[in-house]
Amino acid sequence: MSVVNKLMANRLVWPIIGLILLFAFNGLYGEGFFNLEIMNGYLYGTVIDIINQGSKVMLLAIGMTLVIATGGIDLSVGSIMAVAGSVGALLINESELPFWVIVAIALVFTTFIGMINGVLVSYVGLQPFVSTLIMMVTARGVALLITNGFIYTFEDPEFVFLGNGHFLMLPFTLTIVLVITLLTLFITRKTAVGVFIEAVGDNEKASRFAGINTKSVKVMVYAFSGFCAGVAGLVATSNIKAADTIKLGEFMELDAIFAVVVGGTSLTGGKFSIAGSLIGAFLIQTLTTTMYFLGVPPEITTVPKAIVIIMVCLLQSEEFRRILVSLVRKGKA
Amino acid sequence: MKALINRKYIPLFATAGVFIILYGIASFLYDGFFSVLVVTNILSDNAYLGVIAIGMTFVILTGGIDLSVGSVFAFATILIASMAEQGYSPELAILLAVVLGLIFGLLQGVLIHTFKMPPFLVTLGGMFFARGAAFMVSMESIGIYNDFYDLVLDKANLWISEEVFLPASTVFFLVVFVIALYIAHLTRFGRSIYAIGGSEDSALLMGLPVGIVKVLVYGINGMCSALGGVLYTFFTGSGNPSNGVGLELDVIASVVIGGTLLSGGVGYVVGTLMGVLIYGTIQCALIFDGRLNSWWLRIAIGVLLLLFILMQRVLSKNSESDS
Amino acid sequence: MDQDVLLRAENVSKEFPGVKALDGVEFSLKAGEIHALMGENGAGKSTLIKVITGVYQRDGGSVKLYGEEVYPTSVLEAEQHGISTVFQEVNLVRTLSVAENILLGRQPKKYGCLDWGAINAHARKALARLGIHDLDVTAELSHCSMAIQQMVAIARALDIDAKILILDEPTSSLDEKEVEALFTVMRKLKEDGLGIVFVTHFLGQVYQVCDRITVLRNGGYVGDYDIKDLPKIKLISAMLGKEIEDIESIELKERERDVSQAEDFLVAENIGKYGVIDPLDISVKRGEIVGLAGLLGSGRTESVRLLFGADKKSSGSTRINKNLINISSPRDAISKGIGFCSEDRKGEGIIPNLSVRENIILALQAKRGTFRKIKRSEQDSLANHYIEALKIKTPSPETPIKNLSGGNQQKVLLARWLAVQPELIILDEPTRGIDVGAKAEIEHLINKLSDDGVAVIFISSELEEVVRVCDRINILRDRKKIGELIGDDIDEQKIMQVIAEVHDEKEQE
Repeated sequence: MSVVNKLMANRLVWPIIGLILLFAFNGLYGEGFFNLEIMNGYLYGTVIDIINQGSKVMLLAIGMTLVIATGGIDLSVGSIMAVAGSVGALLINESELPFWVIVAIALVFTTFIGMINGVLVSYVGLQPFVSTLIMMVTARGVALLITNGFIYTFEDPEFVFLGNGHFLMLPFTLTIVLVITLLTLFITRKTAVGVFIEAVGDNEKASRFAGINTKSVKVMVYAFSGFCAGVAGLVATSNIKAADTIKLGEFMELDAIFAVVVGGTSLTGGKFSIAGSLIGAFLIQTLTTTMYFLGVPPEITTVPKAIVIIMVCLLQSEEFRRILVSLVRKGKA
Repeated sequence: MKALINRKYIPLFATAGVFIILYGIASFLYDGFFSVLVVTNILSDNAYLGVIAIGMTFVILTGGIDLSVGSVFAFATILIASMAEQGYSPELAILLAVVLGLIFGLLQGVLIHTFKMPPFLVTLGGMFFARGAAFMVSMESIGIYNDFYDLVLDKANLWISEEVFLPASTVFFLVVFVIALYIAHLTRFGRSIYAIGGSEDSALLMGLPVGIVKVLVYGINGMCSALGGVLYTFFTGSGNPSNGVGLELDVIASVVIGGTLLSGGVGYVVGTLMGVLIYGTIQCALIFDGRLNSWWLRIAIGVLLLLFILMQRVLSKNSESDS
Repeated sequence: MDQDVLLRAENVSKEFPGVKALDGVEFSLKAGEIHALMGENGAGKSTLIKVITGVYQRDGGSVKLYGEEVYPTSVLEAEQHGISTVFQEVNLVRTLSVAENILLGRQPKKYGCLDWGAINAHARKALARLGIHDLDVTAELSHCSMAIQQMVAIARALDIDAKILILDEPTSSLDEKEVEALFTVMRKLKEDGLGIVFVTHFLGQVYQVCDRITVLRNGGYVGDYDIKDLPKIKLISAMLGKEIEDIESIELKERERDVSQAEDFLVAENIGKYGVIDPLDISVKRGEIVGLAGLLGSGRTESVRLLFGADKKSSGSTRINKNLINISSPRDAISKGIGFCSEDRKGEGIIPNLSVRENIILALQAKRGTFRKIKRSEQDSLANHYIEALKIKTPSPETPIKNLSGGNQQKVLLARWLAVQPELIILDEPTRGIDVGAKAEIEHLINKLSDDGVAVIFISSELEEVVRVCDRINILRDRKKIGELIGDDIDEQKIMQVIAEVHDEKEQE
């Protein structure tokens, strides 16, 4: 009994159950869902595809997890992806810079945008959704300015490899996700950043009184979210070998928030789980792919995603629990 | 004492000042900008935005926010276009769209008030929900070809002079504007909206119907978003599920630039009208210029919104330290 | 006699999980009297008011209104029974006009529109009843002084035909002139036959305006006195639960130490914050325990918050080891060797969902910096060390702190500060709401700290405790420092006399 209870208390249980259900559904109805085959020395299959496609959400979710853990939110990640893509595509076409320099420039730029979010939230004191909403629209404007509305395409092998290449038989995107995950785990576990983020999200005032520089913690998480969105933007651009600044990253903030919330990090901040968010991201990509198999276009999948997010938040809301408990009591009496 | 009272109008004066300066610069730079025609154009091009901004003004006055407006707007346009295409009467389609907008807004209001969920979160969910719903109706843009629309576009114009007229959508916007003025300043409901935004706890202790007012305000805003969609179908003669992406920021910007505080309790319907005019002026100037990418509009609005929020913060900090 | 009793509460009790907030409390209010409700923090004043006004429901006893048992379920319903309340934090909408605040929800209408002329005229009339004639009722409330806001709140309360007016700490943000104006109004309303309940922590004011006093202590009923039967010193002793004879016969202090030769650690001169606390000097030597005594609202908490940089000070300077330093944030203070246990354990102390271990190491980690993470083994040994040393009762160091009892949470917070090894530790009500055993342990710990040369600033509502623990006591009242007692001079009665004397002086002025 206590084992079951302990298991149920674990925040990872629900997303994993959801994932298992989706997999079971696909196993039953989707043909060849679990098939894996090796072609040209690379591993292919639907599951591999989901991981490859889901890499962008995973990257966004990692950054978003830390932002949400501080009690904030970042609505600008989709637009920041577009900025990274447009910077990358522009420079690869118009400059002679080596690829790694281009990547560095794009990421520095997106990190800087994230930092502006952080400064607006912590030092200026704007509500997180207000400042990142402004950034969501403004950053896409900047992306369109950079490309002047032009869709830059490219064939640069290094840039193409980023989102389409293989490494150790698997898509290279998996390696990117793994590296960023390890980097994040290193930062949050091996330095005090992790506990500071949780403390700030749980009780900001008490954290300040304990001597934590709460403002710089916040600036850092938004900057990191900008960095992650930058990486995701480059991967997405590489995927289609073009920077479509209007469509790139559109509605991606929803998927990222979904992944984090379903992954067990509360929107009110506090304890977070990177692993949970990754599972959540995997879950939402599986959902998207499943619906795609069912013939549902991706634009429409926002409906069930939105419902799930609201339901999860409803379940976390104390008011809802209180009302539920009093209803149950009434029913018994 | 007198000087102090006037200070609450500072944001309003600032808004009027920004409008006059912007319009003045544009008139100086571009030939033909300084004309009645341009002003009526600005109004009619942004009538849909104005109607939604008025609904949003009430939401922000209660201290809330509604991010779903752009999607509800898109849903209304595509629903009407799709129903018209299938042969339903456009009047019925319009009615249905508006009623659905109202119900959707009320539902969001219930979630926000009853379960004490943050407004931005609920309406963010609503934004994606309504956007998906719009794509469910149709994945593509649909043109509207029917007699009712032709009739309205041809006949229902208010001629001011031989050359200048206000299209029906503009007249509708101005009617909504007057109704909003009445609600805001001459009804208990309107004053309760202000009271809730000023201090929800106090409003409760004063015995005001806080829950009903809050839920209704979101309902009204949902309805206004749908009405904005209706106006837009007349404007473009079509419906499109990807209409109004990012519209929520334009709407919020119009409201905040118009002097309404994001924290609630302080603001003016008149200011929102001016906010919409400022938005329209920037847009129109960019069209006149022709060299500048339309995305400058987005950036300009974002920056302007930020500046106004910062100004409000400075002002409210000052008045706090005063009293 | 009974027919002019408006309200009679008998044997009222109210329990919250783990606390008896009210236990057998009696209270009665007659028409045409001003009745003070007195007691220290946690005495049950506000709980009693909330029971009467329908915010809480009582668990036992009865409340009779005009002779009949009435139990309103909301403030609104209480108002319909003629009970109007002006709460401590004025419950008005500051962004609306004066007139609207008086009439909100009851505005007169004409032709389907609000009749602003009638609204303003009615508001003027309501204010005139309070003797306010030349106020611009269309002005935004936030531009009015606190006194006017208070008057507006009373005007609103009276506008609904109130028979009972409850004023909860109405004078805490008013200056003397404003207080006098308020009293004039109160006396006038009394003559009109209203019953007024007056809650305040300003003792002097009680004697200026009240007819009767009911004293509560720790949720219990102490007594109901005619004002002339209860001189100030007796009132204080009733509130604090000490008989005067007891106070006189109290044994000498447990601890006799001589810290006069020790060197100053911190000297703050003239620190103050406009409108919150008047400029005052505080100093503390190494190994010295300095107490701040005073009633609730005297400014004892506000002054130490300035020392720690939790609030921004508007005047004054701080020296540590004779060097002038600038403390503008808690981080600065901690880096200078100061620790601070806030009285608001829940809001400013614990990080509820983090474990006991994490809560203990937090300040130390913040001091060491982000990149020098304390090794897990060191964290564990620190946590285990303090859990053992402070006898913290927790299932494990990994239990979230929110699952611990209040006393144990407090000990964890003490451990957090001990872990940074501060040179000065400021303890604001460290023993509030915790059981006797834990209290004794914390006192013992404070003594031990000072023996080790740590400077301590100690604040407690329990005078007895301050007297027992401290080497030197600063006495505060009305946001001012009004006296200091050192060594052998320290005893409870003297402290109470100092607090009471100032009142007398003030009244003679």
